[in-house]
Amino acid sequence: MTDLLSAKLKIDYPEFNLDIDLNLPAKGVTVVFGPSGSGKTTLLRCLSGLERAPTGYLKLADQVWQDEETFIPIDKRKVGMVFQESRLFPHLNIQANLLYGYQRTQPADRNLHLDEVVQVLGLAPLLKRYPDKLSGGERQRVAIGRALLTSPKLLLMDEPLASLDIQRKAEIIPFIKKIEDEFKTPIIYVTHSMNEVLQLVDTMVILNSGKVVNCGPVEEVFSDVRLRDAVGDEQLGAVLEAVVSGHDEEFGLTRLDFMGQTLNVPQQNISVGQRLRVHIHSKDVSLSTAPPEGTTSVLNILRAKVAKIGTLEPKGYSVDIELDAGRPILSTITRKSLSNLNLKPGQPVFAHIKAMKMVHEIDKI
Amino acid sequence: MDLPLIDLEPVWISLQLAGITVAILLVFATPVAWWLAHTRSRIRVVVEAVVALPLVLPPTVLGFYLLILLGPHGWVGGPVQAITGSPLSFSFAGLVFASILYSMPFVVQPLHSAFESVGKIPMETAQSLGASRLDAFFTVISPLARRGYLTAIVLGFAHTLGEFGVVLMVGGNIPGKTKVISIEIYDRVEVLEYAQAHILSAGLLIFSFLVLLMVYTVNRRLPVQVT
Repeated sequence: MTDLLSAKLKIDYPEFNLDIDLNLPAKGVTVVFGPSGSGKTTLLRCLSGLERAPTGYLKLADQVWQDEETFIPIDKRKVGMVFQESRLFPHLNIQANLLYGYQRTQPADRNLHLDEVVQVLGLAPLLKRYPDKLSGGERQRVAIGRALLTSPKLLLMDEPLASLDIQRKAEIIPFIKKIEDEFKTPIIYVTHSMNEVLQLVDTMVILNSGKVVNCGPVEEVFSDVRLRDAVGDEQLGAVLEAVVSGHDEEFGLTRLDFMGQTLNVPQQNISVGQRLRVHIHSKDVSLSTAPPEGTTSVLNILRAKVAKIGTLEPKGYSVDIELDAGRPILSTITRKSLSNLNLKPGQPVFAHIKAMKMVHEIDKI
Repeated sequence: MDLPLIDLEPVWISLQLAGITVAILLVFATPVAWWLAHTRSRIRVVVEAVVALPLVLPPTVLGFYLLILLGPHGWVGGPVQAITGSPLSFSFAGLVFASILYSMPFVVQPLHSAFESVGKIPMETAQSLGASRLDAFFTVISPLARRGYLTAIVLGFAHTLGEFGVVLMVGGNIPGKTKVISIEIYDRVEVLEYAQAHILSAGLLIFSFLVLLMVYTVNRRLPVQVT
């Protein structure tokens, strides 16, 4: 059975408010997503015990971390933390850094040992070196290993890739996925990078202005008409899972099955039956009410129903429409189009998808 | 050339006094400096000012009040006399007490700025790895603050070695008990034994110079470590 992480927190400072009530499965990667200042880091610091919310209730499985009487300090919570900067101890070599938390973990509680962590994270060549001789990506891998070696019940990662360049990021992400596969350590991962979300997320928590806007499996919660502020214009859109159903060699395309409908994407080097994740920007989805048979160059047209129509901003020209195509999909159209098409909730529509971004290999054991 | 005979006892007393003072100061100054570096309390500035007082007060002022405090009727000297039979004034223990106050800023301030530059992050990180605060202090904070410790030890030691006014006021000038180098030099000059005064003075001068040279050299060599 999956453990549950419950977090009720209320912080009322003049300059900052946090008011959340979350119940999360302590399993897989939970991404906490939101604009800066939305309370992501504060949530993480409260979970870790680095900060104490004036009113709060925190519980992981059957262990209460905080209620009216209790406050378990950080060093007793058995959570691992990885920060934006690696925070390695400069006076200790890599091996001593890795073992710092290990040595402070009761032998009976140690599920992970130096050898396996070194192997999975590829740290063997670094052990005798000092942090200042490592690249940013290497340092971050050591920081992850060091946190893991405390055999944490929960690994908290606060934008661990934010200070790395694109190449280094790409180098670390597979390791983070491996943690899940190999060690089964649940991860709470704070980020505002859509890229990291797509590659890592199982459960999504979207924060804005100190409140939870939406929470749940990413496919279900990311297409929501209330998310524009929290997610941002550039990233707003559906995250969907699809299965490779075939390749069309003649036209250089790969067919994906999405809830019984087909999506065509440029040919991918990945075999039939594998799953991949696609991100469809809401502004790349246009709508028609009649079947466009043979009259459009758009290849990917999904049958859907209008589910929700977003709030109409009197000054804005566009509006977000939530569609139901088995999973929710978001479309941004102009207010004029909305009026022309006379869309109503429940109405069948055709969603023309002009572009999508693919992320491979989301399969996990 | 015949070197004049000099009495080494004051040198020995000075070294003992400086050593004991610094050792005790490290124990007390560390928490004070840590608190100063991390507190948001409003009384922080008051504590900072009190700690820095010996820097600006004439030693005679400090010595005068210490004499009263440590004397047989003082708040400290009275109870001590009741227990041990003798007051703290004009004793080696009294000298240590006075030196601790007198040299305090030279130990607290380097530690304070060292802790400030180490910052809060290493402590948080160590705690997130399961270390208690005390454990984290000894295994992470103090190694990172080692430059501050070196400066504090050397300055505290050298400053105690060189004190004159307070020692004279509180300790008197009792050979074998409270007569330290600086007072011995004064005594030699008083009786026009310039040769002995020279040896002791030059010794102190060279010692102080070497100590400072060492601090600055080592501080340059020790890398500034940022996490």
